[in-house]
Formats: sequence, structure tokens, C-alpha cells
Amino acid sequence: MADGSGPGRVTLSGVVLAALIFVLIIASLYFFIAQPYWFPKLASEHGGRIDSLFNAVLVVTGIAFVLVQGILGFFVARYGSNGNEHAAYWHDNPKVEAILLIATAVILTVLVFMGQRVWASIYFSDLPTNATIVEITGEQFQWNFHYAGPDGQFGRSDTKLITSTNYIGLDRSDPVAKDDVVSVGVMHVPVGKPVRVRLRSKDVIHSFFLPNFRMKQDAVPGMGIEVWFTPTVAGQYEIACAELCGLGHYRMKAALTVDESEAQFNEWLQKTLAEQ
Amino acid sequence: MSESHTAEHAHQELGFWRKYVFSTDHKVIGIQYMITAMSMAIVGGILSMLMRYQLAWPTSLSPMLAKIMPVAFAGGVMAPEFYVSLVTMHGTIMVFFLFTAVLTGGFGNFLIPLQIGARDMAFPFLNALSYWVFLLSCIVIFSALFVAGGAPLGGWTSYAPLSAVPAAGPGQDTGVTLWIAAIALFTASGLMGGLNYITTILTMRTRGLSMMRLPLTQWSLLITAILALLAFPVLLAAAILLVFDRTGGTSFFVPAGIIMNQMPVDHSGGHPLLWQHLFWFFGHPEVYIVILPGMGMASDILSTFCRKPIFSYRMMVYSMVAIAVLSFVVWGHHMFVSGMNPFLGSVFTLTTLLIAVPSAVKTFNWLGTVWGARIRFTAAGLFAIGFVSMFVSGGLSGIFLGTSAADIQLQDTYFVVAHFHLVMAIAPLFAAFGGLYFWFPKMFGRFMNETLGKIHFWFTFIGVYCVFFPMHIIGIGGQMRRIYDPTQYMFLVPQQPVNVFISISAFILGSAQLIFLVNFFFSIFAGKPALERNPWHANTLEWTAPSPPGHGNFGEELPTVHRWPFDFSVPGEKEDFVPQNVPKVVAAQH
Repeated sequence: MADGSGPGRVTLSGVVLAALIFVLIIASLYFFIAQPYWFPKLASEHGGRIDSLFNAVLVVTGIAFVLVQGILGFFVARYGSNGNEHAAYWHDNPKVEAILLIATAVILTVLVFMGQRVWASIYFSDLPTNATIVEITGEQFQWNFHYAGPDGQFGRSDTKLITSTNYIGLDRSDPVAKDDVVSVGVMHVPVGKPVRVRLRSKDVIHSFFLPNFRMKQDAVPGMGIEVWFTPTVAGQYEIACAELCGLGHYRMKAALTVDESEAQFNEWLQKTLAEQ
Repeated sequence: MSESHTAEHAHQELGFWRKYVFSTDHKVIGIQYMITAMSMAIVGGILSMLMRYQLAWPTSLSPMLAKIMPVAFAGGVMAPEFYVSLVTMHGTIMVFFLFTAVLTGGFGNFLIPLQIGARDMAFPFLNALSYWVFLLSCIVIFSALFVAGGAPLGGWTSYAPLSAVPAAGPGQDTGVTLWIAAIALFTASGLMGGLNYITTILTMRTRGLSMMRLPLTQWSLLITAILALLAFPVLLAAAILLVFDRTGGTSFFVPAGIIMNQMPVDHSGGHPLLWQHLFWFFGHPEVYIVILPGMGMASDILSTFCRKPIFSYRMMVYSMVAIAVLSFVVWGHHMFVSGMNPFLGSVFTLTTLLIAVPSAVKTFNWLGTVWGARIRFTAAGLFAIGFVSMFVSGGLSGIFLGTSAADIQLQDTYFVVAHFHLVMAIAPLFAAFGGLYFWFPKMFGRFMNETLGKIHFWFTFIGVYCVFFPMHIIGIGGQMRRIYDPTQYMFLVPQQPVNVFISISAFILGSAQLIFLVNFFFSIFAGKPALERNPWHANTLEWTAPSPPGHGNFGEELPTVHRWPFDFSVPGEKEDFVPQNVPKVVAAQH
């Protein structure tokens, strides 16, 4: 009786399963390397670091994916049952187990550090001082954008003053509120200058998602959360809500224009101020 | 194998109702759990088909569906609130009422006494009570589909304040109330079960069955039960606090000053993130409550059909223990962009990638098991191999999501949907299918049809990859979860053909499950009789009992265990398997 150290019988089921796994590997390689569908076009400074990190993780997991699925497919094709022949009898190899365990731990530790460098660069850095500041309030199902205007000071707002036209309850009697700009569903920022986003929510949790800017932050009622990014490419972009917020979640979107210059941005501010 | 039915005659026969319905026999309760969970799976599956229909053709008119569901399809188009309630109900039903129920309630009940050589569970009445409370919870969650306002629409995670303020949307009133009631009943049922499983495995193992001789299925069920006992109460507590917020005027989860539909909501001082912390403190162990029994069952089935011992049994056990411990300190990776302190993001990234180590160890061990095997490609064996493939595909994408900085872009996109479906829905589903094909002869004394079983496997293996693999791609493309109409966004329109492909694949995959259902129910009554007690030549104790085992399982005398459950292809043995109850000395004389 054979001891199972050699190959088993090649079986139809084994070959078909191996072939399917092979197709899976080829298809994934195509989609992840040729990238017929991929990330929305990058338009922010920190986004490049996130994309590089994604690619680094992709290389590591991609190699693991191809190796593990490939080996599984190979074994399945090679080690089919052959009558009553015994399989190999071995079930422990502490040395190999230790090597694999340590290798996995080392690779993952490297990924943790790579990831934390990017994370720290986004969250543990000082807020930029020369930034465009926008107060953004989410509500079912729209985004409200509030700019301080030329005086650089935000007017007082109060939830008691919220009406069907004054969405954020801005106190227009406050002198510094006179030049404040409130825009619904339309956000403008100048290119190349940091943008500080102060997020709030009026009702439930929303999530401020800028796909092109690799930016996502939940807007939580009762919390003020500040995040920032620097747009690098002027153009038209979409803002989405990424956290289920009710029946109109799918249409809670807004338009973001990254203006080509500060002047153009100010022009929009003036125009919007004049209209309200 | 010789058949002996003399033992059963010692027990008095019970009437139909006591025997098959109001039974305290663990086998009957296990099968009741399975069939109830399968019914819930059919409901959850149909809901997902409706979701896929909407996602592929979001603006199309559906006069046929409008006739069947006039409210949900008012005007011929699916209502957005109906879509999000589909999302909610699909997730809730599948996570709790299918996977948790079928793996721990179904297989746990059926297998624990049989595999440890016991006559029944430690507390048979508690066991029956656990099932009936579970059935009640199923009825309550199912009824949420039909109440005024419709089913809840806050997702299976029911984030507050959406879930805490009834005015937040249709379905958030009665719908959420029923959701909370069902979850509370479910956790109560799970606690009764968990207590039972732990006690039974720890105290009722037969002679010779030391802990390190337990089948991996038993280890996984024991660890799962401990997780359930520690995690379910947290969800139950959170659900009760949510009831207080909704009806008692408290403010655990709702802050002051929120305005819903232009109306101020009278709450003060609560914090929405508290709900998320409580939910995910339960929710992440819950993921492992689903996947661990899948790992255990797949390991045992894989080894049996590879005719080869599981590679590194000890590491398999230790890695499950490590996963279980770590599962309580990773919950924050669901909350990287929630507004939680970013320093916690760093901590949870570390713990999350740490939990990938024991998962990788398990994967290596499965590969080591298949290496040099003599694989018998039965339907059960194929599903066990498929489990490994799914677990690897779904597990690797978790590394992207566990890396907090990469998760900023991927959080709440279809990348997440792809990840968790593969790793905690499809992988356990494969283990459950494998388990059903494998243990069916023991449950009903008949086989399921192997040819149909294999056809079912091929359709399912190809189908799930066609459905869930492309979801990574559209997730990278930015498609958000839980949106009723992706074509609302210009940047998502170019990838809409992928959505159509996924949906068509999903319909084929869904239809292929009918092959399984027909096979299952037909085989109960007319399958090929399983004349042998041990048709798969397996080693564990349940195969020494008659098929199906009578009341008390093992006849007059309980089996004695002399070895571990993985003596396959032992050199020098004539057969390629040596069951656990074969004495060592006698085995050597063969």
C-alpha cells in the first residue's frame, strides 16, 4: 500500500475546481492590474498617500491571494483519491508552523506601521492656519455649507432659529453674520489651499464622503468634528453621504467645485452672498 | 458495520407531538433550528434578490412586482424606504436568524452530545425553551415586514439616533420596536443555548474524551458559546437602553438639540457613538460566533474527505482561542471614521491586524491538510474546500479595511460588502452546506443526492465569486453601501454594468439554491437509505451511533474514546481510518 507521498489520481472534480480557481486568479489579476474600474480620479494631497498605502497592501495581499488560492487549486488537482490508497500521514511540523506564524506577524507588523504613518500624517498633524474654513451641517437629506465671509468670522447660530429657509439657524441679527454665506448642496473651495471642514449633523448620523479626495468623516449629532484636506486639481466633483441616514440617503448628495484661483472662489462667495 | 437496534427498544416510544414537535431531544431541536433557519434564509434570500433587482435597474418600472406589493412599488417603482428596509431585514435575518441560528442552534444541538458521547444536552428543557424562544423571535422579526410604516430602515446595525427617534423615518416606529423585541428574544435564546453548550461539552464528555481529543467542531462550538455568553448580554443591554430612549424619555444615545423634520426632539446629553461602541462590542465577536463553527466543521469535514489528519490540531485549537480573545478588542475597526478619537484608530488597527495572524495560521493548516491528501470529491468535501477558498478571499480584503488609513476611502463602500459577505456569510454558508451534506445521513437515515449536491456546489462556487468578487471593484470605485439608486451619482454611472452583472449572477446563484432545497426535503423522505452507520468512513463518535440515532443516542453503553479524531491513513493500518472508539492496542493487531 502506498504511503501517499506521491501524487494521487487526477480527478475530474479536482481539475475542474483547480481550473475555476485558476480563472479566479487570472480575473482578479486582470481587474487589479489592468484596472478597468478603479478609484475615482485623485484630487487631494493626502489622497496620494492613501492610494500608495492601498497599493502596498494590494501587493502583499495579492501575492498571498495568488499563492494560497494557487496552492489550494494545485493540491486539489493533484491529490485526488486513488482507490483505497492511503494519504500521507503527517500532521505537525512545529518548525514550519513557527516560521509561517512569525513571517505573517512580521509582514502584518510592517503593514501596521506603514498604515499608521499615513494615519498619523492625516490625523495627528496640526490644523493648517491658512485654510479655507467651511462649517458643514448634514441633515435628512441635504448638506448645508456655511462660510464666514470676508470678515473671517462665523455668525452665531442657534437651533431655535432653524426654519424651512434658515437651515442652520444662523442668527442674521449677529453683526458678524451679515456677510456669512450659507449654501445648500453646493460647495466651493480654491485649489491648492487647505480646507478645514467642521462637521455637524442636525438629526441623525451622516457621513461626508469626497470620493476623489479620499476623504470620509461621519457627521454626528451632538459632536463637532474637524478634518482637513488640500484639493490639488480644480474641477467639478461630487459629495456623497456614506452613512445610512434614512429613506433619502441615496440622494443626499452635493456638488463640490474646486476653483482654479482664490479670486474665482471669492467671486462665487460674493455672488452667493448677493443672492441670499 | 453491523446494525443493532436493540438498544432503542429499551426506551419507550413517544407520540408524534412529543417526539417531533415539543421534543427535548437535542437531535430534534437541532433539526428544528436548521429548518427554521432555512425558512428564514429563504426570506432573507428573496429580500436580497429584490435589492439586486433594484441596484441593477434602479429606475425601471416593475408592473409585475407592483401587483404583488402595491405599497412597496407604489407607482410601479420600488419606494426608497422599501429598499432600505430590505437592506435592514436582509442583514438582520441572515446574521442572526440564519447563520447564528443554523450553526450554533442547528449543528451545535445536533452534534454536541453525539460527538462527545453523551445522551443529550445537560439541560434538555432549557434547550427546548431556547428553540421556542428563537422561533418566537423569528415570527416577531418576520412580522416587521408587514406592519404599518413598514420594516425598519436603519440597517442591521440600527445606529442611533436613526433608530432611537421614531420620527426619523417610516419603519422607525413599529418596525424598530419589533426589531428590538426580536433581537432581545434572540439573545435570550442564544444565552440559554450557550449556557447549555458550555456545560455539556465541559462536563458530559464520555470516558477517554479529553479536551485535546475533541473534534475541532466541538472546540469551535465551545469557544463560540463562550463568545455568545459574553457578547449577547451587551447587545441585550444596548437594546433595552434603546427602548428606554424611544419610550422612556431617557437620552442614552440621543444628544440635545437635534431637529427632526423641522421639529426639535426632546432629548439631552446622550451620545450616538455609545450605541456604536455597545453594538460593535457585541458585533465583532458576533462575526466570530458565525465563522468559528464554520471553521471547526470545515476542518473536520476537510480532514475526513482528504483522508488525512488535520494539520497541526494544537495550533487549530490555540488559534481559535486567540481569535476569540482578540475578537473582544477589535470592535473599533468598524468606527475608524465615526468621530471616535483617532488615537483609538491606531490601537484598533494594531489589534485587528493581530487577529489576522491566527486566521492565517488556520489557512496554512488547511493547506497543510490538503497537501498529500487523497481527496474524495463528495458534495460535502467540495463545500469544505470551497470554504477555504472563500475564507482566504474574504479574509485578505479585511487587511485593507483593518488598516485605518486605507479604510477612510473604503469604509461604507461595496468593498466592505464584498469583504464581509465572503468571509462571514459565504464561508460559513459553505461550511453549513458541507455540514448538511455530511451529517444528513446521521440526521435522517438517508443520503442527500450526491449528483444534485455537486451540481449545487458548482453553481454556488461560481455564483458567489461572480456576485461578490466584483463588489470589491465597485467599492474601490466608490459605490456606497445601502444606496437605493447608484446612478444618482455621476461617478458611479460608468460602473453600472458591473451592477447588472452582479445582479444577473445573483439571480442564477439564488435559483441554484432551489436545487439544494429540493434535494434536502426530497431526501428526508425518499433519499437513498444510509444502511451503514459510518458511510463516509469518518472517525468521530456520532458515526458509531445508528442513523438516525434513537433517543439516548448510543444504546445501552456509551462509547469509550481511545484516540484523537484524526487517525486517517495511519501507516500500517488496513483501512484509511480508525474511529475514536477503537482501542489503541487492538488497532495495532490488525
